[in-house]
Amino acid sequence: MPRRVDLESILVIGSGPIVIGQACEFDYSGTQACRVLGEDGFRVILANSNPATIMTDPGVADRTYVEPLDVEVLTAIIERERPDALLPTLGGQTALNLTMALADSGVLADYGVEVIGARPEAIRTAEDRERFKEAMTEIGLEVPPSGFAHSLDEAIATAERIGYPVIVRPSFILGGSGSGIAADPETFAALAADGLDASPTAEILVERSIAGWKEFELEVMRDGADNCVVVCSIENLDPMGVHTGDSITVAPAQTLTDVEYQAMRDDAFACLRRVGVETGGSNVQFAVDPATGRRLIIEMNPRVSRSSALASKATGFPIAKIAARLAVGYLLPEIANDITRATPASFEPTIDYVVTKVPRWAFEKLAGASDALGTRMQSVGEVMAIGRTFCESVQKALRSLEQGRFGLNADPAGQAYDALSDTELLDRVAVATPERLFAVEAALRRGVSIERVHAASSIDPWFLGQLARISAARLDLDQHRGRFADGAAALGAVDRPRWRTLKRLGFSDAQVGHLLSVPEGSVRRARLEAGVVPTFKTVDTCAAEFEAYTPYHYATYEDEEEVRPSERERVIILGSGPNRIGQGIEFDYCCVHASMALRQAGYETVMVNCNPETVSTDYDTSDRLYFEPLTTEDVANVIDAERRASRGAGRLRGVIVSLGGQTPLKLAGALDPQLVLGTSPASIDLAEDRQRWNELCTRLGIAQPPGAMATTAAGALAAAAEIGYPVLLRPSYVLGGRAMEIVYDDPGVRRVMDGLAAGLAREGGVTAERPVLVDRFLEDAIEVDVDALRDRDGEVLIAGVMEHVEEAGVHSGDSACALPPQTLGAAVLDLLDVHTRALAAALEVCGLLNVQYAVKDGAVFVLEANPRASRTVPFVAKATGVPVAAIAARLMVGETLAELRRAGILRPPTRSRHVSVKEAVLPFDRFPGVDTLLGPEMRSTGEVMGVDVTFGLAFAKSQMAAGTRLPRTGTVFLSLADRDKRNGLDVARQLAASGFRLAATEGTAEWLRAAGIDVAVLVSKVGAEGPGAHAVELISSGRVQLVVNTPRGRGPRADGQHIRMAALAHHVPCLTTLAAARAAAAGIADWSVHPLEVRSLQELHAAGGDR
Amino acid sequence: MTERARALLVLADGEVFEGEAAGALGALGLATGELVFNTALSGYQEVVTDPSYAGQVIAFTYPHLGNYGTNATDDESRRPFCCGVVARDLVDVPSNWRSTEGFEAFLTRHRVPAITGVDTRRLTRHLRDEGAMGCAMGTGEEAAVRAAAATAPTTTGRDLVSAVTIDRPVTRGEGPRRLVAYDFGVKETMLRQLAQLGTVTVVPAGTSAADVLAYEPHGVLLSNGPGDPVALDGPIGAVGDLLGKVPVFGICLGHQLLALALGGRTFKLAFGHHGINHPVQHLASGRVEVTSQNHNYAVVEGSVPDAVVTHRNLNDGVVEGIRCTRANAFSVQFHPEAGPGPHDARTLFVDFLALLDAGAAAGTR
Ligand SMILES: Nc1ncnc2c1ncn2[C@@H]1O[C@H](COP(=O)(O)OP(=O)(O)O)[C@@H](O)[C@H]1O
Ligand SMILES: Nc1ncnc2c1ncn2[C@@H]1O[C@H](COP(=O)(O)OP(=O)(O)O)[C@@H](O)[C@H]1O
Ligand SMILES: [Mg+2]
Ligand SMILES: [Mg+2]
Repeated sequence: MPRRVDLESILVIGSGPIVIGQACEFDYSGTQACRVLGEDGFRVILANSNPATIMTDPGVADRTYVEPLDVEVLTAIIERERPDALLPTLGGQTALNLTMALADSGVLADYGVEVIGARPEAIRTAEDRERFKEAMTEIGLEVPPSGFAHSLDEAIATAERIGYPVIVRPSFILGGSGSGIAADPETFAALAADGLDASPTAEILVERSIAGWKEFELEVMRDGADNCVVVCSIENLDPMGVHTGDSITVAPAQTLTDVEYQAMRDDAFACLRRVGVETGGSNVQFAVDPATGRRLIIEMNPRVSRSSALASKATGFPIAKIAARLAVGYLLPEIANDITRATPASFEPTIDYVVTKVPRWAFEKLAGASDALGTRMQSVGEVMAIGRTFCESVQKALRSLEQGRFGLNADPAGQAYDALSDTELLDRVAVATPERLFAVEAALRRGVSIERVHAASSIDPWFLGQLARISAARLDLDQHRGRFADGAAALGAVDRPRWRTLKRLGFSDAQVGHLLSVPEGSVRRARLEAGVVPTFKTVDTCAAEFEAYTPYHYATYEDEEEVRPSERERVIILGSGPNRIGQGIEFDYCCVHASMALRQAGYETVMVNCNPETVSTDYDTSDRLYFEPLTTEDVANVIDAERRASRGAGRLRGVIVSLGGQTPLKLAGALDPQLVLGTSPASIDLAEDRQRWNELCTRLGIAQPPGAMATTAAGALAAAAEIGYPVLLRPSYVLGGRAMEIVYDDPGVRRVMDGLAAGLAREGGVTAERPVLVDRFLEDAIEVDVDALRDRDGEVLIAGVMEHVEEAGVHSGDSACALPPQTLGAAVLDLLDVHTRALAAALEVCGLLNVQYAVKDGAVFVLEANPRASRTVPFVAKATGVPVAAIAARLMVGETLAELRRAGILRPPTRSRHVSVKEAVLPFDRFPGVDTLLGPEMRSTGEVMGVDVTFGLAFAKSQMAAGTRLPRTGTVFLSLADRDKRNGLDVARQLAASGFRLAATEGTAEWLRAAGIDVAVLVSKVGAEGPGAHAVELISSGRVQLVVNTPRGRGPRADGQHIRMAALAHHVPCLTTLAAARAAAAGIADWSVHPLEVRSLQELHAAGGDR
Repeated sequence: MTERARALLVLADGEVFEGEAAGALGALGLATGELVFNTALSGYQEVVTDPSYAGQVIAFTYPHLGNYGTNATDDESRRPFCCGVVARDLVDVPSNWRSTEGFEAFLTRHRVPAITGVDTRRLTRHLRDEGAMGCAMGTGEEAAVRAAAATAPTTTGRDLVSAVTIDRPVTRGEGPRRLVAYDFGVKETMLRQLAQLGTVTVVPAGTSAADVLAYEPHGVLLSNGPGDPVALDGPIGAVGDLLGKVPVFGICLGHQLLALALGGRTFKLAFGHHGINHPVQHLASGRVEVTSQNHNYAVVEGSVPDAVVTHRNLNDGVVEGIRCTRANAFSVQFHPEAGPGPHDARTLFVDFLALLDAGAAAGTR
C-alpha cells in the first residue's frame, strides 16, 4: 500500500518546551517527520510553542505556528488551516494529551480531521493505566496487580489484596512526595497517609512492588499490513524502581537468552495489536524476575519517545522518519534503509557494539531536592556512548557527562570513595543516586564480592562482572606502576598489549595520567609512540553484513578504520553535549544551523556530539557524524581521523567551537589555534578573564557594576565593604548562573564563600585561576540581552535587542523577555547599540556576540559579553526572520555580511509589527522541596514563545504556552514585599479594572485600601492567629485564580515560601516578581478586548521583510 | 580475568587476525574450518549446537559472547558440530536464572576451539567482500597457522550430513498423525514444533523412501543440515521417490534437497545468510516475516520445474520458499521453527498440518 492519496495536508503537533521527561528528542523526531511528509508532497502544518527547535524553522513545515499548545489555540489553527489529518505521535505526551482533548471536545469531528498514527481509542487504552492492565490481562500478559485508594482504610485493604511489598506510585502526586515502597502494613500505613495527603485529589495508586527486577524496553514498529519489527532492545542497568529515564541503560539487551528475548518480542507485538496501534513506533516496557524469568508488562507508549530517539541513534534506524511514512500509508517493505540502501525497513537492525546511555541530573542547582532516584524521572538530559564492549561504552558515557569525571573513577573525584568504610560504601551502593555507579566500582575494586554488591543494589551480576574488569585493569596498572621509580618511567614501560587492554576497557588518557601521576598530554604522546590509536567504526544497522553509505562513526581500539577519504574541504562542528540547565537545545539548534549553512556553502560538515536526543546527532544532519564524548582526547582523535582522511584538495578547514555553548569553548584552548574558526580563543579568554575584561570596558568607556575578585572569605568581605551591599557572588567560568548568590551582609558573604569552596571542590575548587567574583548587585534594574553578528571586515549587525520582563537579578535564562524592547527610550537603545558595536570590534568578533546589560535609571551597565552563540539566538531568529546562526557560521569561514546580503542569505528583518515574548519553563513541579522564587541561579529547563500584536497579548500567550494560563476572571491574591508595594498599586488597579476580586495579606491590603482599592479578602500570615483567611487554605480551596507573591530580599529561604508551595501544589499560577505581575495585568486587560488570533511564522516573516 | 595464550586466526587468503586462545584451542593448538559470520544478538548456544554448522567456524558479530551462560534446555542437538568459534569478547561472569555453565566452559567441555579478542568487524567486512573461506586458528607460529589456513577445507562439494545424523530412528511426540522427519542435522526446536503436530519418527539421513513409506506417514519433513546439497545423492534420490506419495515439507537443506529432487539447481552464496533478522516476503500475501536463517547454499531462481516461488528474501532477492502443488510439497530456506530467532514464521507448521490433513482426506495416506 503506497502513500495515501486522499490526504493533502497534515497537522503535526510538537511537544512544546523542554521539560523533564520531554526534551529535544521530540525536536529530532518531529523534524524528521515534517521533512519526510514535506518530501512526500503533503502540506505540513506544525504547531509547537518552542522557538528553540529546528522543527519550528520556517523551512521545515509549510505553516509553522509558534503558539501555545492548548485546545483553544489548536482549534483556531485547525479552523484556519483545515488539515485533512492530525499526526499526534511525534510530540510526546503533550501532543497525545492535546489530541485526546481535541477529539473529546468534538473539534476533530467538526472539522473532519482524521487522527493518523494512533487512533484516539488506542491512545486511551495505552494511557489509562487501568484500561491498559485490563487489556493486557485479556490477551494473557501479566501485569503487576494494583488499585486506586481514596482513604487510608481503602489503601490498606488494597495493599492486602495486592500483597506486600507494595509501591505507592506518584502519578497523581506532585513531585513524588509520599511515594515509596513498603514491605509491611505499618510502613505502608504511614506512606499511604502521606500520599493521600500530598495528592490534590486524595487518590493514590497502590501497586505490587517489583523493585529490583530487571527492566527492559523494546522499541517496536508496526505498519498498516500488520508487519511488525523490533528496532532495538534496551536493558536497564538500574533495576525496576528507578525510572528508565533516570536509569543507565544499555542496548542491546545483555542478559536475556534468545528464548526469553523472543517471548518478550511476541508479547510486545501482542500488546501493540491489542492496544490498536495501527502504524508507527511504540515503546513497550517489561520487568523480569531475575530469579525465575517471570515477565510482567509495565507500560507501553503508542508514540515515539525518548527511548525511540535513543534506539534510532543506537542502531541507525530512523524510527520517527519511518513512523511518519507508515502513518501516511507506506508499508515497511516499501521503505528503503538509508544506510545500506540495499535493504528495506522491514528488517530488524543488528549491531556489533554496545551502547550505553547515562542520564544527567541537575540536583546541584535545586537546593532542597534529594538526589535519590525513584519511579519519577528527574534527569534533565542524557549522554550516549558507543563502544565495542560495555566497559568501553560506559566509560566513554561517563566522561561525556562533563561533570569533571574522567570515566568510571580513576580521577580526583573518585578518591572520595576510597575514604569510605565498606559499610558506608555499600550504603551508597544500595541507594540509586547519580553517584551510585562510582561507589559500585570502588566497592568492587576493594574486593567486595559481586554477590554482595548485587545483594545491595540488585544490579545484575553481568554488569557487575563487567565493571569488575575495569577495577581489575586499574589494579593491574597500579601494580605496574609499583615496579617503577616514578609514574613517568611506568608510563614509558606500558607496552602495546597493556595499552590495548586499557583502551579497549574505555580508559581515557586522563585516567591513565591520574593513575600514573603524569599529565594527560604525556599519556597521549606515550600512547601514540606505542602505536595505539583509535579506529573509527561505523554504525550501519546490520553489523557490517552490508555496505554502509552513511558515515556515522564511533571510536574504538581495533585493527581497521572505516572513515572514508575525502577530497573536499571539511569543517568540524563541536556540539554541546548533554542537555542541562543553562545549556540546552538552543545550542544544538545553532550547531545544526551551522552544519546546514556550511553544507549549502559547499563544505563537508563533520559533527561531533554525544547527546542522543538531538537533531545534531541525526546522521542526516551533517556529512559525517562522530558520536563521541566532547573531551580533549576524544576531539583530538576525531581531528586526527579527519586529517588522515584528507586526499587531494581535501583538507580540514577548521573547527567551530562557539556554537555549542560552554562545552566546546572549554576545549578551544587545547586545539591548534589555526583550526579555530571565527572569534579567536584569545578573544574568548579576554571576555572571560575578569581583569582584562574590566580594563577593556574602562578603555571603551562602558560602565560596569563595581566589582572585584576574591579567593578567600576575607578577601570577599573586604571587597564587599569596598563595593557596598547588596553584592552578587559567583565563581568564574561557569554557565547558567551556577552557584550565584545575592548577598546583603557579611554573614551572607561568609556562608556563600564556604559553600563555594566545598561545592566546587569537584570542579577544581576556588583558586587564583578560578576566583570568586564580587559585584555590586544593581537593584530594580532592567536587564537587556543583545545578540549581534560581526564579520571579518568589521561590519556589525545588531540581530536582536531583548528587554527582560523580570528585573536584573533574575537570571537571563529564567526571565521572560520581549523583542522588540517595550519600555526603553531612544537614548538607551542608542547606547546599547554603540556599546555592542564597540565591544564587537574590541573583541575582534567573527561570528556571534551576546552582551547582557542592566539599565538603571537611564544608565547602561554591561554585565557580561560572550563572543559565542547565546541561548537567545533561536528566539531572535524566530522573532525577526533572520537566520542568525546560519549567518554566523558563514561569517566564521570568512564570508562577509555584504557577501551574504548579495547572495540573498541575509535579508532585512521582518517589518511586521508583532511583539515576541520568550518565557522560561521551570521544573519545580518535580522538586517539591525547592522554592519557586526566581534568582540569579538559572533553573529553567526550556522556553516558549508567544507572538501577538501587543506586548500584553504576547505575554499572555507565552504564559499559556509555559503552562500557566492566566485567568480571565476570579480572585487575585497579592502579597508584596515592602519595596514593591508602591509600584504594586498600578497592577492592582488594572486587575480590579479587568474585573478581578482582590485578596491580600495584611500589609499589602493596608496599602491597597489606603490607595482606595477594594480588597475583598483579607489574608493572614500563616501561623499568625490573624483575623483573615489562611493563605494556604485559600489557595488549596481553589478560591484564588492567580497569586502574586514578591518576597522581601532574594535568595533561598525567602519569606512566603508556603504561599508559593501551595500555589505550585494546586496548579495556581504564581508570579514572583512585580514586573511579571505588571505584564500579566497588561495581558489580561488586552485579552479581554481582543479575540484569540493565531499567525504562522511564514506570515510574520513575510511581512515587509522580503522585498 | 582469565589469562589467555596469544593466538592467531588466519584466513585462506592470508589475512591475519590477532586474538587469544579460548575454549579448546589451547589444548588443540590448531583448528581449521570454513569461516562464516553470524549476526544474531542472542542465541549463541542454539547456534553452536546447530548441526548445520558442521565443517564451519562461526564468527559472532556481536562482541560480547556468553553473557547469559548456557543451560540444559537450549541445545539444538546432542553436541556442537561446528569447528570453532571466533569472538570479540568472551564473557567471564554470565548471568541468567537458567544458566548452569559458562559459555567458555561449555565450549571447552565439548572440545570446541575458540579465539577471542578478534576485530570481528574487520573480519566480517572481509568475509562480506571476499566470501566465506577456509581458515585456521592456532597458538603456534604464524607460518604454521598460515599453512593450515591455505589448505583448510570448505564445505563446497562435501557431504557433512553423514557425520551429524543419528544412527537409528527415534520417536518424538504423540498423537494420531504420523510424521517422519529426516535427520540431516535436525534441530531440536524443529522437532519440538513438529512433535506438536503428531507422532514423529526421526530417521537417519540414509533411510530409503521405501523405509520411510513403511511408517505410513501422513507427512515427511526434510530437515536442515550442513554442507553442500549436491553432495547428497542418496537423500536427493529418496526425496524424489517420496514426492507425490506423501506431503513433504522441507526446511533449509531440506528445501534445497526438495528443489534438487524436483530437477532444480543450487548455488553457493558468497557468504551465506547467518542471522535472525532476515526479512522474507510471502509473495502471495505481501506479508513480511523476520526470519532466522543459516545457509550458504540456495536454490537457483527459475531452476525448479513445476514449482512456484512462494517466498523471497527482501535483502538480496534470494529464493526463500517454493511450492510444488503437483507433488504436495513445499519448502522454505529459512527456519520457521526459530531457535534462535523470531517466531514470525511458525505458522508454516500449521500450513504443513493443513497439507497433511488435506492429503489424508484425499487418501494419499
Ligand atoms: N510495580 C512497580 N514496582 C517497582 N517499580 C516500578 C513498578 N512499576 C513501575 N516501576 C518503575 O517506575 C518507572 C516508571 O513507571 P512507568 O509505568 O514506566 O511510568 P512512566 O509513564 O513514568 O514511564 C519504571 O521505569 C519502573 O522502574
Ligand atoms: N551586577 C548585577 N546586578 C544585578 N543583576 C546582575 C548583576 N550581574 C548579574 N546579574 C544577574 O545575574 C544573571 C546571571 O549573570 P551573568 O553574568 O549573565 O551570568 P551567566 O554567565 O550565568 O549568564 C544575569 O542574567 C542578571 O540577571
Ligand atoms: Mg516508563
Ligand atoms: Mg548571562
